[in-house]
Amino acid sequence: MPSQIVSLIVNGEQREFIAAPGATLLASLRESLGLTAAKRGCAQGACGTCTVLVDGRPEASCLVAVETVAGRSIRTLEGVAAGGELDEVQSAFVDCFATQCGFCTAGMIMVAEALLDANPEPSEEDVIEAISGNVCRCTGYRPIVIAVLEAARRRREQVVSR
Amino acid sequence: MTYRLAPIDTSTFTAERGASGTDVGDLTVIGSVVQRSDARGHVTGRTEFFEDVAPPRLAHLKMHRSARHHARILDVDLTEAVAVPGVLRILTHADIPNNLYTPLKLIGVGPDDEPVLAVDKVRYLGEPICAVVAETEAAALEGAARIKVTYEDLPPVFDVEEALKEGAPLVNEYHGQNHFIYEGHHCRRIRFGDVEEAFARADHVFEWRYQSAPIEQAPVETTGCVVVPQADGRLRIHSDTQACFFTLDNTALILETPFNTLRIVGGTVGGGFGGKVDVVVEPVACVAAMLADRPVKFVYDRAEEMQVSSPRAAERIIIKDGVMNDGRIIGRKVTLYVDAGAYSRHSPYGTTKAAAHLPGPYSIPNVWADCHCVFTNRTPSSAMRGFGVTIADFALESQMDRIARALDLDPLRLRLLNAYRDGDLKAHRKVAEGTALVEVIQKAAEMAGHELPEAYRRMSSTTREGL
Repeated sequence: MPSQIVSLIVNGEQREFIAAPGATLLASLRESLGLTAAKRGCAQGACGTCTVLVDGRPEASCLVAVETVAGRSIRTLEGVAAGGELDEVQSAFVDCFATQCGFCTAGMIMVAEALLDANPEPSEEDVIEAISGNVCRCTGYRPIVIAVLEAARRRREQVVSR
Repeated sequence: MTYRLAPIDTSTFTAERGASGTDVGDLTVIGSVVQRSDARGHVTGRTEFFEDVAPPRLAHLKMHRSARHHARILDVDLTEAVAVPGVLRILTHADIPNNLYTPLKLIGVGPDDEPVLAVDKVRYLGEPICAVVAETEAAALEGAARIKVTYEDLPPVFDVEEALKEGAPLVNEYHGQNHFIYEGHHCRRIRFGDVEEAFARADHVFEWRYQSAPIEQAPVETTGCVVVPQADGRLRIHSDTQACFFTLDNTALILETPFNTLRIVGGTVGGGFGGKVDVVVEPVACVAAMLADRPVKFVYDRAEEMQVSSPRAAERIIIKDGVMNDGRIIGRKVTLYVDAGAYSRHSPYGTTKAAAHLPGPYSIPNVWADCHCVFTNRTPSSAMRGFGVTIADFALESQMDRIARALDLDPLRLRLLNAYRDGDLKAHRKVAEGTALVEVIQKAAEMAGHELPEAYRRMSSTTREGL
């Protein structure tokens, strides 16, 4: 099977690149497009650190063959801080001390973004369910759950104040 | 926003809190909110981890590993492996300038007991034998899979006490016996007072045995490095090591090169917990980068991280205590085994730490301990979060609870009665200072709503009054 040209919409921009046979979405983002926020933790879909949004849905990008998502819209952590301004999830992660080593952070924030897009008023159980596929081996789950709830609160307040 | 801020209790050790009349002196940071300096990088994805470095012409290294626990290597056949398209080079022990090492030689611990790549024998399942360098990760994996090693099996030993028996298979020839030797002694020892005399006059003698399994640190970012040869012949090593200078120095000794020919770019670790203190990927990746004259990446896959990265050592601990009816412990005898696995790594040091931690934070007038660092055919164990101390504490505190239960005593009162005080001579002939255990127990009891009698609430770590 030859390499092929794949086109994706990444963080709102049309991007084209050559994908080797079997290239994953994760490898394409990191190696072809230089977007390294999503990480390889296990390469078997178990740790969640490679999570990106495909058409708004969180996916383990290490398990996605990139040609199967050709033409689709991909959102990575690089696309979250618009113009360098942290969004509510990012600023809540900073303020609530929801980062330790930082390796799981990209995946955690992306599942939180997807959760809050779908459910602006999540319960604690909703948050726990949303991050249940993401491993934080520093075991900082508690501050992460608090940060996502705080982000939801900030986002709701912003909507009200607009 | 919900911070869990614990207010500082300024009622204890007031004399140490700066000038009189001030509440806390200059102790102002703990209990206040200080933003993490690395948080912004983490939440924007701009923190650079080693694997985010992608130099042009990057080659990939994968290891062919031992399929045996203990075996002689009769033959290594590279014929099929070198024929795999994309394979650039296959390294064996002959390519490593100084193939034999031990990481703690930097602080005078010896002998060198571990080959970077196996020579004539393998001592644990997954031991590295050959390193395949290739254009792609897939080609490196394919090449590694096509190496054929012929083994002659040797009897393995997996249990610390079995390993110390007469006639047990010899695991590591560089030691000559299955235990590490501490200044001429077969183990790390403590001798303080006379435990046998204490057991003879004690009202009760309790002996229990504790056992732990190896524990993998399992960081989400696996162990690895990217080595980039520089125009001036130096090597730049991007690594997720927890110990940059330790890695630099050990790598230089293995490469037989001056320290200043290496540069480590590190300090950003995607979880380590002690698992990234050993020096296991950088030396062979450096040799590969020099021989291939290309940047080389060597990173463990998840299976390697779980199987061959060094875990917390399994320990077996036997504690025998002589206890009086009122709960005073008058003698404690500890026999402790640390399963180092096939090689030293950090276990001789971990075993010393275990010995240094005995008999726990208690003043016991008679203490005897033998702490054995034992070699077996298991994955070499090494650092992990308080190694040497954590499992010892599990055993010691379980022992305290069991004594309390056996004598129908309050477990906190039992501890307060035996807790060390400032000025006590410890079993290692050091005088205890800054102990604070008494106050910590009192505070914990208060927070947990556990009632202590007045006499116990009046106790202090600065005096033996009331005992």
